[in-house]
Amino acid sequence: MGDTFGWVALSVAIVVLIGFYVSWRATRLDRLHTRYETAWAALDAALLRRSAVALDLAGSRYLDPATSLLLAAAAHEANIAGPDRRELAESDLSRALRAAIDQPDLDGRPDADDRFTDVRAAARGVLIARRFYNDAVRVTLVQRGRWLPRVLHLAGSAPLPEFFEIDDAPPDRLE
Amino acid sequence: MNRPLRVGIVCPYTWDVPGGVQQHVRDLAEALIELGHHVSVITPCDDPDDAAIQPYVVPAGRAVPVPYNGSVARLAFGFLSAARVRRWVRDGEFDVLHVHEPASPSLSLLACWVAQGPMVATFHTSNPKSRAMQAAYGILAATFEKIGGAIAVSEAARKTLVEHLGGDAVLIPNGVAVRRYADAEPLPGWPGEGGSLGFLGRIDEPRKGLDVLLRAFDVIGRQRPGLRLLIAGPGDAEEALERVDPALRDRVVLLGQVSEEDKVRALHSMDVYCAPNTGGESFGIVVAEAMAAGAPILASDIDAFRAVLDGGAAGALFTVGDADHLAKEAGELLDDPVRRAALATAARAAVRAYDWTTVAREVVRVYEAVIPGHGAVRVAPDATMG
Repeated sequence: MGDTFGWVALSVAIVVLIGFYVSWRATRLDRLHTRYETAWAALDAALLRRSAVALDLAGSRYLDPATSLLLAAAAHEANIAGPDRRELAESDLSRALRAAIDQPDLDGRPDADDRFTDVRAAARGVLIARRFYNDAVRVTLVQRGRWLPRVLHLAGSAPLPEFFEIDDAPPDRLE
Repeated sequence: MNRPLRVGIVCPYTWDVPGGVQQHVRDLAEALIELGHHVSVITPCDDPDDAAIQPYVVPAGRAVPVPYNGSVARLAFGFLSAARVRRWVRDGEFDVLHVHEPASPSLSLLACWVAQGPMVATFHTSNPKSRAMQAAYGILAATFEKIGGAIAVSEAARKTLVEHLGGDAVLIPNGVAVRRYADAEPLPGWPGEGGSLGFLGRIDEPRKGLDVLLRAFDVIGRQRPGLRLLIAGPGDAEEALERVDPALRDRVVLLGQVSEEDKVRALHSMDVYCAPNTGGESFGIVVAEAMAAGAPILASDIDAFRAVLDGGAAGALFTVGDADHLAKEAGELLDDPVRRAALATAARAAVRAYDWTTVAREVVRVYEAVIPGHGAVRVAPDATMG
């Protein structure tokens, strides 16, 4: 009788412990998802800020109209691109910014560097936000790939996070 | 012509790369020169020292590959290009400045910016992505206001201009360089004793109508054991051949994509040139080229072709998409060399209305409309940099 009680108590204890462990794993995963979502919001904001700054520069009449048109078109495309086209459009914006700001005849133009303070900050912001975002994606993917979360569906219906791969090299002049 | 004009033409795309706008500018410039005008063309250029470059061309440096409208375009932009155009405008002392495709971020837009005075623009594209244009309209508005007269090369291009940029344009379609088509050696072995039909154009684009012609050949090829079919144009050749009865396959010759020169030779290698297009042609440029080559023509009865063929006087017409009708008409033409020769003669005469010389005269009328009694093109003082 006492023996049976001992076994039952042990089993309950094990079940409770497993429960705690699973719940801890789930909380950890949930925290990672929150980190991932925060990182995405930051990256999204940094990208929007960069396209806004590019549009400002295009409209400032500091550059020639052909360069301004290129820049405005690229910024606009990046702004309205759907999720499946976004990486391409943002890479194109990076290239358009480099073409506009690294053009040879800009050297020696008055206040050339002051003009690009905002662009420099915005480009740097994208670089940083993207690094943090991709790091969050990597950690989340590793955790979700473990057997326990997979078998028990600990991630629930949260979509699988994806890396954001773009060419975000800033113009040479702004390095 | 009243008096010879000094015309400055701006081509926005790299001169030594093939393209519709470049070809247009070249044909127009040469036709204007032939009419006695002085022409200077400024354009981006990969190899400015190329000896083959025409004397009227002023190279403006290399165009730079840059993403635009979702693909990579080669464009000339930036202060360096602007400075080159400004110098050209200052030294050129033009009576009129003629920019091509000024809505693309390249040399033409820069020319509008740095110059003022009589200015004409030609719009080629029928659907530039309006989203980009809308985003940048504020930047362009002041520059576009300087254009005194706009020309559109097609109704579609005119519509695009009206819808996206405001303003209107006169319609002056592309010309046909009749002389380039007039004489050529047929390809070796063509047209051949058994007679030949011919087709030019994309072989996998349904609206070009190759399918209709292949179905017709299935009928007429059986009736005439020596008849061959010559096809020149890009697309999947194997796939096209699969649509032909195996017994007839060795009489269908696919050349693939051909050079401009071989295209002309192909036109001289056919007893009957077939244009089985089922629609989508705003101007029958392919048919007009065949007319210039003096090929007997059998074309589908769509509006564009009927117009350019003078209602059927300069070429035979068949019911759109009707392979049996095509086969019947082609058979009659093959049997009647006298009628073929008469059609070819009529075609050569009718196509003169579409010659570049005629087009250039129209363009000069536009120039004269924007040129005031005095004053010429000069550098604008307000095109500030910085």
